[in-house]
This record gives sequence, C-alpha cells and structure tokens, in this order.
Amino acid sequence: MVRIGDAPRVKRLLIGIALALTALFLVLPLVAIFAQALMRGIDVYWHNLSDSYTVAAIGLTLLVTLLTVPVNLIFGVFLAWLVTRFEFPGRRLLQTLIDIPFAVSPVVAGLVYLLLYGRNGWLGGWLDSHDIQIMFAWPGIVLATIFVTCPFVARELIPLMQAQGAREEEAAVTLGASGWTIFRRVTLPKIRHALLYGVILTNARAVGEFGAVSVVAGAIRGQTNTLPLQVEQLYQDYNTVGAFTSASLLALLALLTLAAKAALEWRAARRETAT
Amino acid sequence: MSIRIAQIDKTYGRTRALEPIDLDIHDGELIGLLGPSGSGKTTLLRIVAGLEQADGGTIHFGERDVTHVHVRERRIGFVFQHYALFRHMSVFDNVAFGLHALPRAQRPSSGEIRTRVMQLLEMVKLSDFAARYPAQLSGGQQQRVALARALALKPDVLLLDEPFGALDAKVRQELRRWLRHLHEELHFTSLFVTHDQEEALELSDRVVVMSNGRVEQIATPDVLYRQPANRFVFEFLGEVNRLEGDVEDELLTCGNARVAVPEVGDGRHELLLRPHEIRLAEHANDRAHLPVTVTAIVPVGAEVRLELEADWLGEPWQAAVSHADFDRLAITRGKRLFAIPSQLHRFDTARPQTLAPSF
Repeated sequence: MVRIGDAPRVKRLLIGIALALTALFLVLPLVAIFAQALMRGIDVYWHNLSDSYTVAAIGLTLLVTLLTVPVNLIFGVFLAWLVTRFEFPGRRLLQTLIDIPFAVSPVVAGLVYLLLYGRNGWLGGWLDSHDIQIMFAWPGIVLATIFVTCPFVARELIPLMQAQGAREEEAAVTLGASGWTIFRRVTLPKIRHALLYGVILTNARAVGEFGAVSVVAGAIRGQTNTLPLQVEQLYQDYNTVGAFTSASLLALLALLTLAAKAALEWRAARRETAT
Repeated sequence: MSIRIAQIDKTYGRTRALEPIDLDIHDGELIGLLGPSGSGKTTLLRIVAGLEQADGGTIHFGERDVTHVHVRERRIGFVFQHYALFRHMSVFDNVAFGLHALPRAQRPSSGEIRTRVMQLLEMVKLSDFAARYPAQLSGGQQQRVALARALALKPDVLLLDEPFGALDAKVRQELRRWLRHLHEELHFTSLFVTHDQEEALELSDRVVVMSNGRVEQIATPDVLYRQPANRFVFEFLGEVNRLEGDVEDELLTCGNARVAVPEVGDGRHELLLRPHEIRLAEHANDRAHLPVTVTAIVPVGAEVRLELEADWLGEPWQAAVSHADFDRLAITRGKRLFAIPSQLHRFDTARPQTLAPSF
C-alpha cells in the first residue's frame, strides 16, 4: 500500500522542485553577494571594509542593535508576563496591538516617527527648543528600530507561557518565594530557549532594518548611515563592489543568526529526546 | 493547627462558585472535599491556600486570622493535581526550594538544608532519586516529590488538590494508603479535594460533600454512607437503583411488580436502593414480588455484579451478590429471578427515610 503522495515519482518530483527553488531564490543570491564582494580580490575587499564611512556605518549599526535588543528583551518579557499571567479588560486587544509593527509597512512606521518627532512634528518643536535632536540622528534610528522589532520576543514567549501555565509559579509562591525569586528561579529557566530565540530574531531584524530607518535617518554619510543604508548608497554611487562588501557583512550576520537558531533548535530537540 | 472557615463565598463574573460556607477543621484532622466538577471544592481549597481571594468571610488558622494574609506568609503546603514540580530542577532542588527561598536570617545553613531534604526524601522513599529530574520519574514518584516539597517548610496545614487524580488505579491505591500512614505519623491538619468517593471515604476523618457551591453534608465516612442527608449525597456516594410506582395502602405497584412500603402515604413515589441492598431468590414472597431477568454478569473481587432488567423498570438495576449466592442460584444470563430489597430509601420527604421492612 502506497500512501497518497507517497509514490516514488511524485516524491522525487516534489523534492526536486523544492531543491531547485531553494537554489534559485536562496542559495544563488547568497553566493552572488560574496562573489561580487570578492570580485576584485581580497585586498580590495579589505580596502572597502576599512573605508571610513563603512566603518562608521558598522559602528552605528552595532550601537543601534546594542540599545534595541535589551530594551525589547525587557519589554517583551514584561508584555508576555502581563498577557499570560493576568486577566484584565483589554487583554485581547493588547495581544492584537503587539502585532502592529509586523502588520504595518516599516516605511509607514518611519513616517509616523517623523510626524511625531520631526522639526515640524507634534513633539518636534518642544524637543527643538530644548536642543534635543531625535530625527536624523541616532536616537531616531534607535526608536524606529525598537518599534519595528518589539514583537519578536513577546511573540515567542506568549504561546509558550500560555502552554506552560502558571502552576509552577503558584507552587513556588506557596513555598514562600518572592516575585523576583519566582521569576529568576522558576519562570526564566522555563522560557530561556524561547527568550534566546526571540533575542536572535530581534537582533537579526535590528541589524538589517531598512525601511523605517531610511525615513528617520536622513542618510548623512558617516553619521546616520546604518549598514543597510550604506549598502544602498554605495550602490547608487555605482560602487558595486563596495555595496556588495557591506552587503556581505549583513549576509554573514544572517548566516550566523541562522546557525545560532539551528544550534538552539538542535539542543532543544536533544533535550526532548533525553527526557 | 485547626482551620476555621466562616461565611466564605465567591462569585466569578455572574457564576456563583461558592455559597457562604462554614467549616471547622480540628487540629490534626484529615478532611476530604468531595463533589462533582464545578461543585466549588477546588475554589474553596484555593481560597484556604490564599491562591484565590474570597469575596467575603473569614479564615482562621488556629487563632491567626489569615483572611488577608498573602499565600507566601500563610504557612501552607500545597500539592497540585499535576504535581507542578519545577521541571528544570533535580528532585533534591525541588524539595529544597522552599528552604532556599527563606529570608537570609531564617534560612538554615546548606548543610542543614541537605540533611532536612534527605530526611524528607527518605520519608517519601525517594532517597536514591535525589539527582533525577521530574521527567525521569513516574507519576506516583513525582507526586511523592511534590508532597515532600510541600512538607519541607513544616506547614501549618497541608492542602491537596486532586492529589491522585492523574494516576492509575493501582498506584492511587498505594499512595492513598501511604498518605494515610504518613498522616497518622505526622498528624498534620489536612484538606484534600477529590471527585472520587472511594478515595474520600477511605482517607478522610470527615468528608465534606459539595455540589453547586454548597455544602451538602459534613460527616464521617460511616455516617455519610449510612445516613446521607439528602438525595444528592446518596446518589453521589455510590450506585443507585430507582423504583417508581403508585402507593396504595402501603403497597407500591408498578406494572406486575409489587412491594410493601410500610409508613408511606398514598400517591406516586420514588424509592432508591443500592446494589448490595438487593437479594435474589427463586420465588417471590408475600411482601415483595419483583420479577427480573439477569442480562449481564460481571464477577469483580468478592462479589458478582449483575444487571437486571424487567418490563416494569425504566432503566436496568445493578445488583451485587456473593459468589455463594451466585452459585446456589445457578445464575446464568437470561435467568428469571425475584429481587428482594433489604432496604429502601426515600428522599421525597423533609427528612430522608430508610424503610427496612422485614421482607
């Protein structure tokens, strides 16, 4: 008896299509990035990398990521805790609102920030008179990135924490544990993997975000260019090799992220089978 | 420590979970809260624990008013239905958790904690499992760990929510006996929730029968079984057979069935009887003429359970007879016999009544 869809011919055909599509749409572009970046040899690659604007872009990207990830880590945990541990009016609405950054185009998010904090914006006048610059400077980039990446951690945690329930926490409180002890010794170890996964995704998006950042950054070379913006600008300057050099950095980061994610999943799977 | 529950009530939204409830539990007593799901028994337990807040009423542990005391400071031990062990901690760390969570000033040294935990694991017969993780233990072992964990801080009262509900019958039996022994040894005041009447009757000093957020009866297992306060208690505590018919001159008639019912007035009545209150005979006598046909035979332990059917019966009766009677009457499927009740119970009067005519 052959199950439906299990005929060897069908199987081979489907696998073949999947592999071909993966190669065409995923592997080939990735290879192309590195091929283009290294087209003129490794010396040119290094030269492009050590270009002062590129170095500045790398620095800014790192700064934005370093600020964004911890903020969204704390925010995500807090939000997931709130939504899964308490009953309050508007809980469902809040759960839906969390997804807004996923639902709207990042460009729109950027425009909204511009509307709020820009020179002619609602808060812009006040900020300007106090000499605080948010738009076209790193604080604006950080704000936009935080907005775009804020659902990742919460989205990872909420289903898990819902499935796990609060029994262990209740047990801990009957044993006299304080709220902080419960979080540190009971909740955190239970959600560790999902949390780490959420952080990896947040990190990947924070590094690579283009749309929202491009609106609020103002593209000042060496000052407000993050790596993705730098890639675009170099490309528009007809510096293909330079653009691909920066792009290769982003691609490398993506590969590292994927590797980290795979390693985590592998470890989780191993734990499952061990118990 | 004694527990005094006075006028505790609770409403969830528009559902009344608990009518005002009063319950006094003596020091060292083991009390079972028995009822079907939705009867409010778990809610009551969680309110005593402090995991839920009552809308009104007071709770005292001994002389201490704990009504508004946080769970953390109530000094209770709580055992959850699905154990709720900390899955990422070893058995040892699970049991030690409460001791580690004590404020620094009261916390024993790590040596003392080790001694105490090993003592507790000894008590629940799991000394060899200290380094294991919960997922590596059987359900019964996990529940023993949960118990050791709950007793680690020497709580004033021990509360158990369906402690054996998730275990298979044999392990359940073992654990029950074991808990009974442990209770006799340590004499903690304890309140446990169950929907299993056998468990409640076997374990409890007294049983609180609940339904729809109300207490139906509080009594020792013995009294509960013999003198149920009302029809709900009677029906909940075991299998019940029904007999409905018209009474005239203290004789109940139903189709071609007749039975004498002394002191019952004329009119339509419903009488109840337990499976073991039915005797079977080859012939009817002058007080009971209840012809039945045996339709199913299930030998279980010391007795044989029979299913009896008849034209005059709405739903079949269940009867339990001894193996001796079973052999003597040479009972087979399809055999026609006469049922002779030893007792009949009546709940349509203000006070429940048991008729024990000498049949």
